[in-house]
Amino acid sequence: MSSAAIPAGTKWWSGGKSPFNLSYGKMMMWYFLMSDAFTFGAFLIAYGTTRFSANYWPDPNHVFDSAPFIHGGAPLVFVSIMTFILIVSSVTMVLAVHEGHNMNRKGVEKYMLWTILGGLAFLGCQAWEWTHLLTGDNPVLVNGEIVEMATTVKVNPWGEVVPGMMHNGHQVTTPGPVAFGGFFFGITGFHGFHVLSGVVINIIMYIKTRLGHFDQRGHYEMIEKAGLYWHFVDLVWVFVFLCFYLI
Amino acid sequence: MSHSSPASSEISFVQHHDDGTFKKTVRKVTIILSVVTIIELLCGLAIFKLGHGSHMAVLMIKGLVTILSLAKAFYITSYFMHLGDEIRNFIMTIIVPLLLFVWFIAAFLIDGSSWRELKNTAAGSKPATEQVEKAVAPGDKK
Repeated sequence: MSSAAIPAGTKWWSGGKSPFNLSYGKMMMWYFLMSDAFTFGAFLIAYGTTRFSANYWPDPNHVFDSAPFIHGGAPLVFVSIMTFILIVSSVTMVLAVHEGHNMNRKGVEKYMLWTILGGLAFLGCQAWEWTHLLTGDNPVLVNGEIVEMATTVKVNPWGEVVPGMMHNGHQVTTPGPVAFGGFFFGITGFHGFHVLSGVVINIIMYIKTRLGHFDQRGHYEMIEKAGLYWHFVDLVWVFVFLCFYLI
Repeated sequence: MSHSSPASSEISFVQHHDDGTFKKTVRKVTIILSVVTIIELLCGLAIFKLGHGSHMAVLMIKGLVTILSLAKAFYITSYFMHLGDEIRNFIMTIIVPLLLFVWFIAAFLIDGSSWRELKNTAAGSKPATEQVEKAVAPGDKK
């Protein structure tokens, strides 16, 4: 990391200039993202507190062990695909911003389209995962009877294993901690909603690029601001990935 | 291909990289992010294989994964979001408030585990043992 070299004789406080060498809009985008980081942080820490206060917590490698066409036994496979999709779409966003610096409209259009595609692919993966959890049927022992249970905000089947009890080839468990589904769907949902709004913003930026608005304006700073938001979404995923899938 | 003029009259100078350096930086950061993610996934797999057998080793791996995630966060903000190219004063207005997280995480996680320990004691499982305030007779207040 290197701070910019500041030209000699720059007078920051004489007015007419940004003391941070940033436009108002870009600076405020940063502060918005900082406040959003606190929102996500608060959610994740609430999850952490609840998890630390529980004697038993579901093992993510056990909960998230499926992918399309793979029924169980494959932990981390699907979520690593999702993670790489988001990293790649972040890279194409960087390239779009760079093309914007070069005032190359065709380049911006191309990379914005790739970024939008990455965002949609990620959302598709998340939709699959939610569907898989919400429609799953896992055998759970409740009041001495075996019931089929899906993962919802009210119940989850990821409790402790009942030793030696099998049902249709599946290990029978007790019901898991109630908070698990709420935190998982709440936090990944909040992140997914950020991805969705990021995709909408990127589509608007793509249309505005197509219409030549930024060429008329003489700069592509709006692409930079949309880019900041998009990278932030990727950044949050790093921590959602860490807290829900890895540890 | 000309580099842009400042997007706004408030900006004194434009920080720009020529295409060559830019491409090299992007490639480098992409490779770093991918490699770190792969190491994280291997750690996740190691946790899976170790299971609950070795508690200390699992805890160490989880610590390592957390540090790797922070490294990824640094590369994304510094290079992809170009925070590293901003002037120092601005970087500080972002980084310093985020230090609140140090207290935030420590305090709440310690609170969580203390809660668990209390719940596991005899006192924690018996709400009846809680102190109940004595009823105050009217006019008795000082």
